[in-house]
Amino acid sequence: MGTGVLAFAEQRNGELKKTAFEVTGLARRLAGELGGEATVVVVGSGVDGLAGELAAHGAQKVIVVDQPELAEYSAEGYAAAIEAAVKSVDPAAVILAATAMGKDLGPRAAARLNTSLASEVTEVSVEGGALQVRRPVYSGKAIATLKFNAALPMISVRPTIFAAPERSEADAPTEKLTVADLTIRAVVEEIQKAQGDQVELTEATIVVSGGRGLKGPENWHLVEDLAEALGAARGASRAVVDAGWRPHAEQVGQTGKVVSPQLYIAIGISGAIQHLAGMTSSGTIVAINRDADAPIHKVATYSIVGDAFEVVPRLIEEIKKG
Amino acid sequence: MNFVVCIKRVPDTEARIKIAADGKSIDPTGVQFIPSPYDEFAIEAALLQKEKAGAGEVIAVCLGPAEASGELRKCLAMGADRAIHLKDAHAHRDPASTAAILAKAIGDLSPRMVFFGKSSADHGNSQVGVQVAERLGLPSVSEIVTLEVEGDTAKAHREIEGGVEIVSTSIPAVFTAQKGLNKPRKASLKGIMAAKKKTIEELAYDEAPEGLEIVSLDPPPERQAGRIVGEGADAVPELVRLLREEAKVI
Ligand SMILES: Cc1cc2nc3c(=O)[nH]c(=O)nc-3n(C[C@H](O)[C@H](O)[C@H](O)COP(=O)(O)OP(=O)(O)OC[C@H]3O[C@@H](n4cnc5c(N)ncnc54)[C@H](O)[C@@H]3O)c2cc1C
Ligand SMILES: Nc1ncnc2c1ncn2[C@@H]1O[C@H](COP(=O)(O)O)[C@@H](O)[C@H]1O
Repeated sequence: MGTGVLAFAEQRNGELKKTAFEVTGLARRLAGELGGEATVVVVGSGVDGLAGELAAHGAQKVIVVDQPELAEYSAEGYAAAIEAAVKSVDPAAVILAATAMGKDLGPRAAARLNTSLASEVTEVSVEGGALQVRRPVYSGKAIATLKFNAALPMISVRPTIFAAPERSEADAPTEKLTVADLTIRAVVEEIQKAQGDQVELTEATIVVSGGRGLKGPENWHLVEDLAEALGAARGASRAVVDAGWRPHAEQVGQTGKVVSPQLYIAIGISGAIQHLAGMTSSGTIVAINRDADAPIHKVATYSIVGDAFEVVPRLIEEIKKG
Repeated sequence: MNFVVCIKRVPDTEARIKIAADGKSIDPTGVQFIPSPYDEFAIEAALLQKEKAGAGEVIAVCLGPAEASGELRKCLAMGADRAIHLKDAHAHRDPASTAAILAKAIGDLSPRMVFFGKSSADHGNSQVGVQVAERLGLPSVSEIVTLEVEGDTAKAHREIEGGVEIVSTSIPAVFTAQKGLNKPRKASLKGIMAAKKKTIEELAYDEAPEGLEIVSLDPPPERQAGRIVGEGADAVPELVRLLREEAKVI
């Protein structure tokens, strides 16, 4: 086993996701601590042009697996590509992001490599030359610290927790790999895009969420306008999703999405434990709630006790002033 | 032609979590246990597929402590034909070792479709279903919200960032259930009575291959007590100043 770290860089339609840079940065840091190199593997079709961007964000070597059969994501195909990259660089650890793709690919690759994966990790450290990770368990009611006994530790990290490195002019060698005999049985036939081009919830640096305090879907322009002024993604509590005001894709919490943005703004959300499970790892939390005793205030960095219908329009105005 | 569903016994999601004296596990005193919530969608999916096929059996499988027979009994009451309890001498396993044991047991059942929850409500690894698929040499579609079967092909939708992925796969295959896939049925009184008469097949497991070991379990870091910036719209300028100058997030 080597001392380097291999990261999987996610791309869709030939565009690298922000998490690709986050895992690149983490791989570089860990490789430095372990005394090896950070290699980043990118998989797809027509993606060899992406190597330069990865190098500019800290990859010391880039592996490109570029084949027409891999144009669309498939767990089977991409896991085979990761296996090929592992065989090529013999890393001390493999890192990917816990996105929809990463959550599907990670376990497939781990089983294929017959090793263990720690998923949705929020902290990684090197202790006595070995990797140690921390991850929330029991919907955030506890944090587990884990160490690997497996020969090849695999880690998937929660998006937005690890900072993406600044872009530099650095360059790195590229290696091309081809996987022979791909067997792909589960095939992506189509991707239906959600309407509009709003920022994706789990990848956003700012999230604005609304709850039952907003009284009805007709008032959602408050969330939308504030989100737009901040370049933020929109979230919702389960109460409003269950009421049919918002789609389930926007739900934050135990049975929705877990988000860790730098700024989370909760409007008219009481702060039930199941909602907190999805957002307490956010950097700064703002609560706008007219009830001074609402539990959301206990986790909020800054609170305004007041009527959302008065506070939010003013907030939009102040932010737009710049 | 079997429809297999894997269920995990977990603490009720409402339960307060107290860390045990060993500092690595939870204190189960007074904690109510349930089948992991997403597993209910998986059970319902298995029952629906068997009903549609008009043949085969629904077999519920659980790797867990002796008490997990209660959760399996619930599956039988919902309509599962058989239940297999892989009795585990270990209170915790990493997903890889869980998957290895489940795959061995499921492989013997000649499954047509295997269903899992998308993630367990305790450690929430979101791994076991897909790992079992790879170990069985089967394709998988994870976190599905719809499922349609035509002959030996299944088509499923899964949510991804900013949209929905439509995946088709050959069957046999493995699926993990996301909320919204279906509406889990309640056990009928007749089902509950029938379940009492069924026997749960048992197999014992004592291997402890821990590729990933818990060093400690801790309460989450307390968020620093927040600050009430003020009341009403008049507090907005100060809030914006704090966000710009103190937190530096906008
Ligand atoms: C198994 C399970 C899983 C769950 N999973 C989730 C989950 O994933 N996500 C989730 O969010 N919930 C989840 N819940 C539900 C959760 O328990 C709460 O019911 C829900 O979060 C409440 O939503 P809310 O805060 O919008 O509504 P409420 O609790 O009704 O709170 C509304 C808040 O708005 C405030 N308000 C009212 N009017 C105004 C106004 N004019 N201006 C400002 N503030 C105002 C009120 O003071 C109140 O605090 C789950 C529950 C269970 C049992
Ligand atoms: N010990 C177990 N016994 C049976 N099924 C399990 C077990 N652990 C996990 N599963 C299944 O795998 C799913 C995902 O679990 P996890 O990967 O731990 O999040 C669960 O929803 C169950 O369907």
